[in-house]
Amino acid sequence: MKAICFVKSVPDTETRVKLAGDRLDKSEIKYILNPYDEFAVEEAVRKKEAGIVDEIVVVSMGPARAQEAIRSALAMGADRGVHIEDDSLDGSDAYATAKVLVEALKKEGGLDTFQLLMFGQRAIDGDTWTVPSMVAEMLGIPSVCNIVKLDIDGNKAVAVRMVEGGEEVFEVELPAVFAGRKGLNEPRYPSLPNIMKAKRKPINKYTLADLGIDAGTVGKAGSFTEVLKYELPPARQAGRKVEGEPEEVVEELIKFLKEEAKVL
Amino acid sequence: MAEYKKGAIFLVEGTEPQDVFIPEEFTEEQRMFAKTAEDFVKKEVIPKSDEIEKKNYDVLVSLFKQAGELGLLGAEVPEEYGGLGLDKVSAMLISEKLSCGQGSFATTVMAHTGIGTLPIVYFGTEDQKQKYLPKLATGEYISAYALTETNAGSDAMNIKTKAVLDGDYWVLNGSKQFITNAGIADVFIVYAKVDGEKHAAFIVEKGYEGFSIGPEEHKMGIVGSSTCPLYFDNCKVPKENLLGGEEWIGKGHLIAFNILNIGRYKLGMACVGSSKYAIEEAVKYANQRKQFGVTISSFDMIKEKIARMTARAWVLESAAYRTAGLLDAGLEALKDRSPAEAIAEYAIECSILKVFGSEILDTIVDDMIQIYGGYGYTEEYPAARAYRDSRINRIFEGTNEINRLVIVAMLGRKAMKNEIPLVQAATQVGKEILTLMPMSLLKPGFLAEEKLAVEMARKLLLMVAGLATQKLKDKLRDEQIVVEALADMVIDLYAMESGLLRALKIAQEQGEEKAKYQAAMVRYFFYETFPKMALNANKVLCSIESGDMLRTQLSVVRKLTRWYVPGNPVELIRTIADKVIEEEKYCF
Repeated sequence: MKAICFVKSVPDTETRVKLAGDRLDKSEIKYILNPYDEFAVEEAVRKKEAGIVDEIVVVSMGPARAQEAIRSALAMGADRGVHIEDDSLDGSDAYATAKVLVEALKKEGGLDTFQLLMFGQRAIDGDTWTVPSMVAEMLGIPSVCNIVKLDIDGNKAVAVRMVEGGEEVFEVELPAVFAGRKGLNEPRYPSLPNIMKAKRKPINKYTLADLGIDAGTVGKAGSFTEVLKYELPPARQAGRKVEGEPEEVVEELIKFLKEEAKVL
Repeated sequence: MAEYKKGAIFLVEGTEPQDVFIPEEFTEEQRMFAKTAEDFVKKEVIPKSDEIEKKNYDVLVSLFKQAGELGLLGAEVPEEYGGLGLDKVSAMLISEKLSCGQGSFATTVMAHTGIGTLPIVYFGTEDQKQKYLPKLATGEYISAYALTETNAGSDAMNIKTKAVLDGDYWVLNGSKQFITNAGIADVFIVYAKVDGEKHAAFIVEKGYEGFSIGPEEHKMGIVGSSTCPLYFDNCKVPKENLLGGEEWIGKGHLIAFNILNIGRYKLGMACVGSSKYAIEEAVKYANQRKQFGVTISSFDMIKEKIARMTARAWVLESAAYRTAGLLDAGLEALKDRSPAEAIAEYAIECSILKVFGSEILDTIVDDMIQIYGGYGYTEEYPAARAYRDSRINRIFEGTNEINRLVIVAMLGRKAMKNEIPLVQAATQVGKEILTLMPMSLLKPGFLAEEKLAVEMARKLLLMVAGLATQKLKDKLRDEQIVVEALADMVIDLYAMESGLLRALKIAQEQGEEKAKYQAAMVRYFFYETFPKMALNANKVLCSIESGDMLRTQLSVVRKLTRWYVPGNPVELIRTIADKVIEEEKYCF
């Protein structure tokens, strides 16, 4: 079977978010492959090493830098890439993104070709957690998100996901969407020889026209949500220490909870 | 790629910014190499630092093998022998990133990939390469380099270990001292004198009859790396393990010198990685530690430390990658020579990097300790370890004293053989110096003062070197104080020019606004360093001349240097430090 991994180029985890007005200041951001996507790619590569998967395709939608994210996934062991780049995609929300990814999947052969659709459970920039489920819904196939274990046997998969206080075990028929989280595996470091090989692996490039998508149905125009502005969270205030005799301290604390924190 | 230049040509002519390689030009692939190396060190090695420092060699060796599996040890081994055959920029970038925080691990790896493996890469016979390199490239074998003896440290030619051919074996007798990786290595490059006279090198495997390894040294720093003596008691080395074969009998010292060039630039590169680590940890601490109700990073005296650590590290990085670019261009252009000979063309640059890198790093870890205050003096934080680990760099791979002698001696040789027109350039400067008016050459523009400062620094060095050579002739080499001052001028010129060229190139390609922090670092570094050119020039002149002649010469030194107006240090410090404090890392 073939696996397809959907990945995103996101700001490095060490990025200090800065604003230019009420927009993000992207001028000094360094981009990386979304760390959660590494779990997805790693799982696909392990399935390939186990002889279950015979080809892994990595798909990313985004500007030119998305190619670096694809290249990182190729260096981890994926076989080839698909890069969807089009100026009209700017401003796409999770829904519009899911639509484009579905079309890219279809262009590459659709569900007849790919049985294993892998995602990271969330992208660390937009943090919507929704694209994997949307893609599954659009395709009418099962999705199990937040998984920490994935076993495949024939056209069935058993996936385990963490829930509060325990685990949920799902058995689903393939094709299906899986979104991985920490605990699914320990993503490998791309080895230097594999980085060198990745350079020679092909990356197909698609524009919206190639995918037969009308520009008006994606990007800002095709999105249900729009980012109005960005704000930094207020700086953390220093804590206050209540000092004195126990009776005084208790009295002051109650006063604080009633009058300032207003929780009593 | 950088433009081909002759070694040390920077002493007689300027370089255009577009002709140097700068780190801003790493390819996507190189950045990926760097990320693997850095992630590996940060996530796998540093968390095990305490274990490594306890000399738990199982941990050290297992990390070493993991690095091997990732291909991090094979950068400089050709592909046909199981390595990656990468260019020097890539190899040095990997070296830098492998040195970003755990000195013992970095030392182990550098000794292996550099002086341990490269003798076979560059001088081995075909059979030796096929037998050893695939295992060295992947880390299956760990290597060590054994030159130093009890009475032959800097005086490396004076080794006493003796090799005598007996049938199918070389029989080695003698001992080696301070051998990095000795306790964990499988393969040793051992220097000995054939019949007690002719310098040669041998590949010695652990377990050869008559070969034993002595006890671990108790070191001041890089405590988790292995350093032991080696003993050869009628040690039987197979005849075919004479490095390079019989034609290299009597030329082993050439192998040693060539390999040391490589060890030196790699050491300079390791200092780049260590410097960035020190800055990153120190600034994180400064941002978190509060005194008088505010973080200490808000104090100007802490900012000054952060600014100078950063500016110095950035200039070192500029010089290191400029050299890497030079080496790549040289290896390409000098294909008619062996790679080791092509690298030897840049022996002066290699020695500069070694001295400059190790001395810069020492100032950086010193500032690091001071930022940590009392906590810096405890083992609770990484500062104390960084401080101890840094110190060895001024000693091994040729002491900085030896390297200063090498710089000046090599220059003399290049001038004598007319490989670079040093004599002509010095003569020319001598002619024009009396009528030269630096201020009239100052044009307005981006880093204009600094551009002119580099030109004047070059003239000053040529003048002083010319006068010292005329006056002392053959005796120059024995006047170590003069030699030292000249070497410092060479180092400072290369460093200032490297930083300047990088800032100019960034400004050319991305606009001056994008180079504003870099310009501030250049100006800060010049503020510290340009006056040193005059001090060292005076030191040379006062040592060789006297009376009215000296007075005239000193006035020329003043003329060449006093026009320079440095930047406002308070502003420069705040510009640089505020950025680093905001980003909480080395961010250039």
